[in-house]
Amino acid sequence: MSPVTQAVRPTVAAPAGTARLTSGRAPGFGSHLADFGPIPSLVAEGLLEELRASGLEGRGGAAFPAWRKIEAARARGRSRGRRAVVVGNAAEGEPLSSKDLTLLRMAPHLVIDGLLGVATTLDAGSIHLYGPESALPAVARALAERPDARAIDLRPSAETFVSGEASAVVSALAGRRPVPQDRTVRLTEAGLNGRPTLVHNVETLAQIALIARFGAAWFRSVGTATDPGTRLVTVSGDVASPGVLEIAGGTRIGDLLGFAGADTAALSAVLVGGYHGAWVPAAGFSANLAREQLAPFGAAVGAGILMALDARRCPLTLASSIAGYLAGETAGQCGPCVNGLPAMAEVLHRLARGDRNAGLPAEVRRLAELVTGRGSCHHPDGTARFVLSTLTVFAEDVAAHLGGRCAKDHS
Amino acid sequence: MNEALWALGRGTGVVALALFTVSVLLGILTRSGRPLLGLPRFSVALVHRNVSILATVFIAIHLLTLLGDSFAQLRVIDFFVPFLGAVKPVWLGLGTVAVDLLVAVMVTSLLRRYVGRRVFRAVHWLTYAMWPFALAHSIGNGTDASQSWFIAFAAACSAAVIAAVGWRLTRGFVEYQGIRQAAAPDRPVRARRNP
Amino acid sequence: MTARPAANARLLLHIDWTACDGRGLCTEILPELLGRDEWGYPIAPGHGSDVPVPDRLAPAAEEAVALCPRLALSLRRRD
Ligand code: HEM
Ligand code: SF4
Ligand code: SF4
Repeated sequence: MSPVTQAVRPTVAAPAGTARLTSGRAPGFGSHLADFGPIPSLVAEGLLEELRASGLEGRGGAAFPAWRKIEAARARGRSRGRRAVVVGNAAEGEPLSSKDLTLLRMAPHLVIDGLLGVATTLDAGSIHLYGPESALPAVARALAERPDARAIDLRPSAETFVSGEASAVVSALAGRRPVPQDRTVRLTEAGLNGRPTLVHNVETLAQIALIARFGAAWFRSVGTATDPGTRLVTVSGDVASPGVLEIAGGTRIGDLLGFAGADTAALSAVLVGGYHGAWVPAAGFSANLAREQLAPFGAAVGAGILMALDARRCPLTLASSIAGYLAGETAGQCGPCVNGLPAMAEVLHRLARGDRNAGLPAEVRRLAELVTGRGSCHHPDGTARFVLSTLTVFAEDVAAHLGGRCAKDHS
Repeated sequence: MNEALWALGRGTGVVALALFTVSVLLGILTRSGRPLLGLPRFSVALVHRNVSILATVFIAIHLLTLLGDSFAQLRVIDFFVPFLGAVKPVWLGLGTVAVDLLVAVMVTSLLRRYVGRRVFRAVHWLTYAMWPFALAHSIGNGTDASQSWFIAFAAACSAAVIAAVGWRLTRGFVEYQGIRQAAAPDRPVRARRNP
Repeated sequence: MTARPAANARLLLHIDWTACDGRGLCTEILPELLGRDEWGYPIAPGHGSDVPVPDRLAPAAEEAVALCPRLALSLRRRD
């Protein structure tokens, strides 16, 4: 791929190494300009070309090519003569993730730059930033610092697991309950008030702000071919120093856990992709975060979430409480989700609690299959994926429970 | 001629009331999601619709024939604006209200696809008001109201509707209700709870 | 429910789960395509919210769309 870097003439040296989004010295606007330079006024085609060449994928979880969504909204807006809506999404319903909050506090101006850059490309009619209450003061302060950001409408998000799902975001912006909607057309075709609507995660927008400045070739100079650039990850669980890190794309899981102070030899597995993700067992720690390496585990890096599990802790007990939490986070709209997730969580719970009925794992599998694909959002699918991965990766623990000999810590 | 129109007007009114009663019963059955003695669910829904259309046709004839009746002294405006009638305006007005509601219910039902589920449902709730209005009107205005056959008829219709509404309000009304989670579509947004 | 719907079907029956109340009319009209799960909601084995409809079932699918009491169904051309 030949990057189209001619359009880009940075006035400040590009950040070197893997600290990019996190390389700014302070969150203020002055420091932002000094560290990154002004955002170049790329023409629409220029930015899209650069993004396409960069291979940047959405960092909210779905990993859809960032340029393609923008292009879709632009084509739609042109053909229908309706001005687009651009939304920066920082609603991290996922309790294990805090990278978007961290980003908004550390580098709000990168997010705003990206939001404005995309809005210019789309000639957007309205611009929104949707995020948790706790992030808003930092963002409001940043918005007040710059005259070009007046048009950005700041909206608090709900603190529910599914509140960050794109159609739930659009519902919330329209003043309705923040729950997913049934969709037969993409939001980029008809979203908020029927306008082409682009919902991008705030990290995606911040990456766009950097690519607009320093170009696709610079972006790809870190990371791997299939996971280019850097990404923010939130590492939690049984590690010495949990938190948000910026890492090179395609970092090996073992190394990443090491950065967070984990003793990888003491871990049985790591949950990759959050509560909707899948477990990668210790034997797979040499895999990296690129799509093709995670695929064999049924995992994907998603929003960059990793949760380490100590080998002494009972995985079924933990998984059962997560499944119970997820069942409680159903938005209550879709029959199979409303009924299926609690049923599935209940069976898993019985297994975790020591019920030795040998039919339980098969019943969990049956329910997981029953709910998959049968909701208006991916909540049932993600929950089923997590539960199935638990049964597969921790097959020995399942056997130990059925045999009444699980000696792990059940707290 | 006047006599014949009058008889037709009364007859169609009585038949329409019977059809409305059947329609309410079938509507409630449709809502419950249950089949009826070998009649599958989709047939129940179809019959509910067709009976409603038939009832509407009878109401149309009812109105037109009584318009030609000199005793009732009806004007076209009495079909749409209640309580302006020359004879027994209150009872007549109840019938007018029922017709207004009927028009609203039928239009939104037949154009369900276009008005959307919310509007359809909201307007459809008015059927529970429409039916008693129609009944009261038939008792108040009807020439036959004091006849024993009519009293028996009205009592039977009322008993059926009251029983159906009573069933509608019980817990096991919706099929599968017992084994479903109490779906709470309007549950308030929950606070975050970490496991 | 035994016949697996034609893979080359041009029509998709879309179920809006936020609207569906599992009344089971569609499953009566399209028994070849849809069954009911243990809570009464329609299920097409192997498919989620978009069920391919073979051409010969297209009229029945249209009927199901028209009769669903919750307006939860819609037919779309597969693109
Ligand atoms: C073209 C005409 C009509 C159509 C297509 C139609 C259709 C329906 C449908 C689909 C339902 C089920 C609603 C749901 O499950 O949410 C229903 C319910 C019902 N309908 Fe109708 N209807 C029509 C006319 C009428 C009329 C004229 C009456 C009154 C006499 C009536 C009385 C009812 C009642 C009482 C219910 C139960 C409502 C409830 O308790 O939720 N309908 N109808
Ligand atoms: S699938 Fe579940 S979480 Fe998603 S919209 Fe439906 S009820 Fe809500
Ligand atoms: S007819 Fe409509 S409400 Fe009933 S099960 Fe089918 S889709 Fe759901």
